[in-house]
Amino acid sequence: MNDLAAAASRLPPVVLRERGQREVFCGLTGIVWLHRKLQDAFFLVVGSRTCAHLIQSAAGVMIFAEPRFATAILTDRDLAGLADAGDELERHCVRLLERRPNISTLFLVGSCPSEVIKLDLGKAAERLNAKLLPNVRVVAYSGSGIETTFTQGEDNALRAMVPLMPASTEKQLLVVGCVADIVEDQLRRAFEALGVGPVHFFPARRATDLPAVGPGTQLLLAQPFNGETVRALVARGATLLEAPYPFGAEGTTAWLQAAADAWEIPASHFQAVTQPLAERARTAMAHARTRLAGKRVFFMPDSQLEIPLARFLHRELGMSLLEVGTPYLDRQMVSAELELMPPDVTLSEGQHVERQLERVRASRPDLTVCGLGLANPLEAEGLATKWSIELVFTPIHGYDQAGDLAGIFARPLERRERLGL
Amino acid sequence: MQLTLWTYEGPPHVGAMRVATSMNDVHLVLHAPQGDTYADLLFTMIDRRSARPPVSYTTFQARDLGGDTANLVTSAIREAVDRFQPKALLVGESCTAELIQDQCGALARGMGLTLPVIPLELPAYSKKENWGAAETFYHLVRGLLADRVPAPGAAREPRPAGRRPRANLLGPTALGFRCRDDVEEIARLLARMGIEVNVVAPLGASPDDIRRLPEADFNIDLYPEVSRTTAAWLERAFAMPRTHVVPMGVGATRDFIREVATLAGVDAAPVLAAEKAGDRAQHASASRAPWYAQSVDSTYLTGKRVFIFGDATHAIAAARIASEEMGFTVVGLGTYSREFARDVREAAQRYGLEALITDDYLDVERAVAEAAPELVLGTQMERHIAKRLGVACAVISAPIHVQDVPARYSPAFGFEGANGLFDAWVHPLVMGLEEHLLQMFRDDFEFHDGAAASHLPRSGGQRAPEGNVAVLERPVESPAAAGDPVWTPDGEKELGKIPFFVRGKARRNTERFARERGLAQISVETLYDAKAHFSR
Repeated sequence: MNDLAAAASRLPPVVLRERGQREVFCGLTGIVWLHRKLQDAFFLVVGSRTCAHLIQSAAGVMIFAEPRFATAILTDRDLAGLADAGDELERHCVRLLERRPNISTLFLVGSCPSEVIKLDLGKAAERLNAKLLPNVRVVAYSGSGIETTFTQGEDNALRAMVPLMPASTEKQLLVVGCVADIVEDQLRRAFEALGVGPVHFFPARRATDLPAVGPGTQLLLAQPFNGETVRALVARGATLLEAPYPFGAEGTTAWLQAAADAWEIPASHFQAVTQPLAERARTAMAHARTRLAGKRVFFMPDSQLEIPLARFLHRELGMSLLEVGTPYLDRQMVSAELELMPPDVTLSEGQHVERQLERVRASRPDLTVCGLGLANPLEAEGLATKWSIELVFTPIHGYDQAGDLAGIFARPLERRERLGL
Repeated sequence: MQLTLWTYEGPPHVGAMRVATSMNDVHLVLHAPQGDTYADLLFTMIDRRSARPPVSYTTFQARDLGGDTANLVTSAIREAVDRFQPKALLVGESCTAELIQDQCGALARGMGLTLPVIPLELPAYSKKENWGAAETFYHLVRGLLADRVPAPGAAREPRPAGRRPRANLLGPTALGFRCRDDVEEIARLLARMGIEVNVVAPLGASPDDIRRLPEADFNIDLYPEVSRTTAAWLERAFAMPRTHVVPMGVGATRDFIREVATLAGVDAAPVLAAEKAGDRAQHASASRAPWYAQSVDSTYLTGKRVFIFGDATHAIAAARIASEEMGFTVVGLGTYSREFARDVREAAQRYGLEALITDDYLDVERAVAEAAPELVLGTQMERHIAKRLGVACAVISAPIHVQDVPARYSPAFGFEGANGLFDAWVHPLVMGLEEHLLQMFRDDFEFHDGAAASHLPRSGGQRAPEGNVAVLERPVESPAAAGDPVWTPDGEKELGKIPFFVRGKARRNTERFARERGLAQISVETLYDAKAHFSR
C-alpha cells in the first residue's frame, strides 16, 4: 500500500459534498479580531455599504474605542469611472493616517464588488507604498465572499505578509494563526518549560514585528484555516509539524509533542512538564463532561474549527457526532485530526442550508453548533444551540482554556435545565 | 468613494429584507455572494425573531462568474417557491450581483411561475436601507393591486351608512424602532375613536391583506421613511387620503387625533377631553407625561441642553417633545435620512438651528462634542458617541440594538408612548437635588465630574477619560495663536469647577470675551465678567 492509499484508508467513510445557499460569513469578518490583535494595523475595506454593514453586524456590538478599521464605500461615481480609484484611495488613506499617526501597517482589503470590477488593490498598495514607506507599509489582500469563507480572511491577510518576512536559517518554532494574547503567553511558558525555542508567533501583536522564516523554521499551527499561509511559508523553506490542534488536554499535549519531537526533548521531561498541566485541564473539564457525555452534537459549517472541535467533544467529553460540517475540507490542514475522528462520522463539505436543516430536524441533536442567523430559529424549534462565532472570539486554545472551551458547549444545556419554563 | 467607520443604514437590499421579514407568505430571493447572509442575524438576534427571514440567497462564488450565474438565480427561485410556497415572490440583487447584471427580474418573470413575482431595483451604490424598504413596499403593493386600480378620475364610493370608518396602518417593519408596540398603541387609540384597523402593513400582513388595502377609507402614514411612497401612490391611484402627522409626543398625538377624526368623519372631542393634558388627578388620564413635566420635581429639567439625531420622523418629533413637553433646549437636530432632509431643515429652523444632514458618524460625533449637550437623543450610534463623551443618552430611532427591543410593552407613539419617552429621557440624567449638590460641593472626592449619577450603574454613567474630555473642551484645530489671552492658574482652576458638559462652551466664550477686549490674561474675575456678559 502506498502512502496515498494508506492515507485514504484512514479517511472517514462519508464526506457529503453540498452546493447551495451558504449561511456563513465572508472573509471580511476576520477584521473583527485581526484589528484587535495587530495593535499597529489599520484595515481599510474597499467595498460597498454591505461590507461596512456586515462588519459592524458581525462584531455584534460596536467597539467603544474608535475601531482600527473602516470601509471606503464605492459609489456610482467610482463605478462610472468618474473618479480614479487610485486617487480616491490615496486621498482617504492619507486622511486616515493623519488621524492615526501610530498606525504602521495599512491593509487594503478587497471585497466582492472590488473583485468583480477588477480593482487592482495590489497595484494601489504599491503606489501608496512609494509615497508612505518607511513610515507606513501598505499590504493588500482579499476578504471577498466570492473567494473567501469567514476565517479564510485571516489566511489571506497572513499570506500577504509572508513575502515581507525576513529570511533566517536559524532553527526556530513558528506558531501560525491568531490567538488571544493570554493564550500566547501561556503557550510561551509551556515551550520554555519544555526547552523548545526560540518561539515566534505569527501574527505577533504588532504587524511590523514580522518573524523571520527559512529552512530552520518549524511550523506549528494554532488555527486550521491558514492553509495558504502555511503553503507560502513552506515555499520559503519552513517545515510543517503535523499535529492535531491545541484544543482540550489531549489536543494540546499532542500539539506540544510535535514541537518537543522536533527539538528532541526527552520523553521523561515532556511528561514531567505536560502531565500536571493536562491533569489540571481534565479537572477543569470534568464538570462539563458530566453534562455532555453521551449527548449528540451537530456542527453546521462556519469557521473551519468544526473538525478539531468535534474531535475534542468526541474524544475528551464523550459526545457522539451526528454530522460535522465544514465550509471546505483542506486535508493538509486537518490530516492529524481526521486520524483521530471516529470512523463512522459524517463529514459534510460546503452547504445547502435548507437540506442541512432538514437533517438537523430529522436527527434532533442535543446540541447544534451554528451561526447567529440560525440559532434563535432552532431554539424556537426546541433545539439547543451554541453560536459558533463565540468560538472565534473567545480564548479556547491550550490546557488552561480547556475547561472554558468545554463550558461553552455545556452552558446551553445547563441553561435549559435551569430555566423552569 | 466614501469613507465610513459605522453606517446608520445598511444597503437597500436590507430594506427589502425588512419588508419581506415583516410579512407572511412573502419570500425574497436575493442574488448575492457568500457572506451576505450575515443580514439574517439582524433579525434573529436584534429583533429576537423565532423564524429565519424568508430570504433565499443564490450564494455565487468567483468560479461561477465566468459561467452561468443566471442559472443559479432560476434554480434558487424554483427551489424557494417549491419549498416555501409563498403567495408573492420578491426578486432582488445585492451590491455585487448588481454589477454582473443577470437581470434577475426578467429571469424570474420568464419562468412561468403562477404566483405574483415582483422584481426589485435596489441600486446599492447610490441608495440605502430605508429607501430600499420604501421601494420594496411600494412595488409590492402596486404589483399586488395592479388589477384593482380604478379608472383615472373615478370617484371613490362613499362609506356606506352604518359601517365604521376603516384605516390602514402603513410602515411598521422588523428592526424599526418600537414598531411592534406602536401599532398596538395606535390601534387602541383608533378603537376609542370608533375607527377600525383594516390592514397593518408590512408588519404582519400577507399578500391577501395587501389586496384588501383599498377597502379602508384612509391611510395612516405611520413611518414615512418606509410608507410615504406607498401612501402617496394609494392617494393618487385610489383617492385614499392619508395622514401627515406622526403621533409621537402628547402634542403630536392630539394633532393626530384631530387629523384622523377629520379623515374618518368622527368627533375628536370625546377622546381629547378624556385625555386632558396635565390632568392632576391620578388615573384620570392615560396621558401622564404632561403633569409629570409640570410637577415641581421636573423644574431641574428646564433648559437642559439636548442634541437630537435619528431618522427624520423620530428626530423631528423628539425635538418638538424636548422643546414643548420637557422644557429642554434643543442644541442640535439632524438626520441621516437624506430623503427627508428638507423636513428636518424646516424643523431645525424653529429652534434657531442649522440641521445636521449626514450619514458620517464622525460628523455627528464632532457636532455633539461642539454642542456640549447634557442629553443626546439618537440611535445606537449616538449611544456610543454619548458614552465616549460621557454624556447621558436615550435611543429614539433606528438603527437599534438588542436592548432597544424591550420585553415589556413600550411604544414610542401615542399617549403611553409619550409617558415612556418621559421616563426614558429623564432616567439617564442626574436628578434634580443631586445636581444641586454636585454644583455646590464640586471638590467632594466622591461627588466629582467623573462620578456617575447615584441611581445609575458605573458602566452606564461613566464619564469619559480625560483625553476625551479635552476633545469637548478644546477644539484641536485651534492652537493658541500668539497674542491670545492666557489663563491664570486661578482662572483655570475656577473653570474646572464649571460643570463638565458646559465647560467647553464657558472656555470658548470667556476666551472670545477676553480677545474682544484685548485682555492678555484670563483671571477668575474675567471668567465671571464673561459669564455675566453672556447671560444677558
